[in-house]
Amino acid sequence: MRYLPHCDQGIRSMLDTIGVEKINDLFSGIPENCRLPRDLELHAPLAEADLQRHFQALAAENSVDDSWSRFLGGGYYDHHIPAVIDHLISRSEFYTAYTPYQPEISQGTLQAVFEFQTLICQLTGMEISNASLYDGASACAEAVLMALRCSRKRSKVLLSRGLQPRYREVVMTYVRYLDVELVEVPLAADGRTDEDAVKQLLDEDVAALVIGYPNYLGVVEEIESLSRLAHASGARMLVAAAEPLAMALYRSPGEQGADIVVGEGQSFGLPLSYGGPGVGFIAVRQKDMRSLPGRLVGETVDKDGERGFVLTLSTREQHIRREKATSNICSNQGICAVMVSIYLSLLGKNGLPQLARDNYSRAAYLREQIAVLPGYSLPFAASVFNEFVISCPRPASEVLQRLERDKILAGIDLINDYPEIKNGLLICVTEQNDRAQLDRLVDALKGAAA
Amino acid sequence: MSAIGSKGLILNEKLIFERSTAGRCGYDLPQLDVPSVEPDEKLLRDEIEGFPELSEVDVVRHYTRLSTWNYGVDSGFYPLGSCTMKYNPKINEVVARLPGFAHLHPATPDHLSQGALQLMYDLQQALCEISGFPALTLQPSAGAQGEFAGMLMIHAWHQAQGNKRHKVLIPDTAHGTNPATAALCGYDVVPIASDGVLSVEAVAAAMDDSVAALMITNPNTLGLFEPNIREICELVHSRGGLVYCDGANLHALLGICRPGDLGIDVMHFNLHKTFATPHGGGGPGAGPVGVCAALEPFLPVPVIMKEEDGYRLVTDRPLSIGQLRTYASQFGILVRAYAYLLSMGPQGLKRATELAVLNANYIRARLEGSYHLPYKQRSLHEVIFSDADLPNDCHTLDVAKRLLDYGFHPPTIYFPLVVQGALMIEPTETESKQELDEFCDALIAIAEEAKSSPHLLHEAPVNARTRRLDETLAARKPRLRWEKG
Repeated sequence: MRYLPHCDQGIRSMLDTIGVEKINDLFSGIPENCRLPRDLELHAPLAEADLQRHFQALAAENSVDDSWSRFLGGGYYDHHIPAVIDHLISRSEFYTAYTPYQPEISQGTLQAVFEFQTLICQLTGMEISNASLYDGASACAEAVLMALRCSRKRSKVLLSRGLQPRYREVVMTYVRYLDVELVEVPLAADGRTDEDAVKQLLDEDVAALVIGYPNYLGVVEEIESLSRLAHASGARMLVAAAEPLAMALYRSPGEQGADIVVGEGQSFGLPLSYGGPGVGFIAVRQKDMRSLPGRLVGETVDKDGERGFVLTLSTREQHIRREKATSNICSNQGICAVMVSIYLSLLGKNGLPQLARDNYSRAAYLREQIAVLPGYSLPFAASVFNEFVISCPRPASEVLQRLERDKILAGIDLINDYPEIKNGLLICVTEQNDRAQLDRLVDALKGAAA
Repeated sequence: MSAIGSKGLILNEKLIFERSTAGRCGYDLPQLDVPSVEPDEKLLRDEIEGFPELSEVDVVRHYTRLSTWNYGVDSGFYPLGSCTMKYNPKINEVVARLPGFAHLHPATPDHLSQGALQLMYDLQQALCEISGFPALTLQPSAGAQGEFAGMLMIHAWHQAQGNKRHKVLIPDTAHGTNPATAALCGYDVVPIASDGVLSVEAVAAAMDDSVAALMITNPNTLGLFEPNIREICELVHSRGGLVYCDGANLHALLGICRPGDLGIDVMHFNLHKTFATPHGGGGPGAGPVGVCAALEPFLPVPVIMKEEDGYRLVTDRPLSIGQLRTYASQFGILVRAYAYLLSMGPQGLKRATELAVLNANYIRARLEGSYHLPYKQRSLHEVIFSDADLPNDCHTLDVAKRLLDYGFHPPTIYFPLVVQGALMIEPTETESKQELDEFCDALIAIAEEAKSSPHLLHEAPVNARTRRLDETLAARKPRLRWEKG
């Protein structure tokens, strides 16, 4: 086997040093009645060439290839990934390292993650970011737990109906056996979270109000007034950004009073990869620093006074506090956070806002064309970013099926998550969709109306 | 000193923000072929203050230099106990990047994602066969989330039976994630003392009808197989509880013993340990969870079903604990793990376990005279020493830092907590005898240095990128982001 370096002679001499006859003797600690009396029934081993063929065949079974036009968003976004990223993270010093427990030989990871923390703070307008969490939905759930921890006696959390439905479900899973009540806040007619409803639902028992920015329907929420309402009743304002590119264009949640900002960083240089790995982020205010879950990198100096970085504030974590820890998380998304840092460094202060603007313009172009198509309409009037909802003249599933024949994945059917939107279809446009693709989609939609 | 660590030119590098030069950009946007439209002005933000401005070359140099300050499995021996830092095969990286996988959007309809679903289904079947569990979820993002899923299922099962149980038993050797997870699931933690291994009596004494589950690690964090595991499982079951197994150390059992056959009800895997997916400097990992038949209805959604016309993701499962992440899995990690599994085959996996145990025992034999061995029982894939015999105020931390000078990544230190000053060594099977000998020679030399020239330990490291870093300062005055000076 190519990954195993041992030869018979070496094994013999190792056994002699140990003082046993055969390898099997080393397993004498496992009682006979715990042993598997047969061989495992698995596929016979594949050589590298055979393995590659096998995986190519499997990958080809995924019928959608790059010749298709795809308008899928909903929390995972198809942005172009600069070639630089894969080259840099393929340096094995990055990807084959463990968590940087020995900082003196891990400064590469530590500094890159410190930069990630800074970039996330700058983008969200917040004060402190951790080293990343699993993904957007679990980051949202961790943030809800954190808000509950910070306001001890409060046990209610308001979730906007505009919050990504999977984020809502994951929050539900996380608080399943805790004494917490989740209350849904309805949407107003323009697609934003209903402020009047928020006013009515906020009370002394509410720990946090949670909204999406943009929300799942692509709509840009008015964070500032919601923050004021939340703060007036002593609750924390929690903003979840599933498409954080929007924050390069629109006012940051931080400047609008958010207390906790979470999101999914996949848009920033990570492949779609069927939904993972992505990278969750969480950014908070200074006052909540010690309640923050997950890993943190901090600056310090070495014995000679030189700048260096270490994992820090570990007294919040489970290897010290055990059952009293802020979370059971003992890792971050490591290499994915580095990918985000590289992506944001490449686009930077000039490129990222311009990319966001272009995404906006492309979506606006498509939106206008669809708005005038007979039978189609735009149910929500509020501003959007690169994603929006249309109402189709017939069930979205039928429209989608029809367009698949033209190698178009037109969007996400909203029937299960938002049955109240008539024939709702969620369409996403990025820089990967050129004008020809947009025009083709419009034509195809026209054809599917009949 | 006979070290593989040596001198080399190390390049300095500022923070990315300090490298920034106004007006640069490392990315050219695709041409905008639609009319440019102005968004609502009231909603717009000002510039992103502090964001860097760099060319592509700036960025490449920056991260290339940072990478040279790191140590990875490809750099050398990485014997972190409990972390299973084995070699990460390169072909796995290649297949995970195939466009058919990498470009697949998670909202793609099932009938157009059959390859991905088949891969997941096949991996699921293989992990069931390896572990002896009849059902399994691939969803959890890491071991800790796997634990969480497992304990939620245990809670859900009790609830469905009408049981009101509020305690979870956890041995003192357990990973810190175990108690944190139990608390997250609404349980009170009851620690039980073990003397290296857990006795039936200790469990019996703590096991009453308020106990929902026992969380156990097997082999445990001392590298010892729990010999009473079958009796312990029977006891817990007879008193109405379930048994959770932390699968962090499954690596010692491949093809030799299946936890599902022993009476264990739930176990998580760490694909980034046992199945060779890279650790990425902290993640991502993946933490699938195997369960016994009674717990199958409680698996997180979506579950993958194989039907006549293909594979399908199913969410309509009324007893499910729900969803744990935005989309179905850390798919890219699953691809790598499955590639590893297929490369090894059944004999290869068993051989990997045998050689991992051989390597650990070889290190044990070579170091036994130089370092204190707190547990004498036959250990499996890892071995734990302590600093008890070191003279001249030399401690585990000093040994670890001195190892850096010799060119090795140190073992896990100060864990498990039951051993004072623990040095926990897990070599894995992908290290050769030569590599192990160099490492043992270094550790033996360090033990000698502790006697003859302890300052070498106290001053270490001197060859690393930095000297010893001030962790106290970092925690006392936290600086968690760069600020414009």
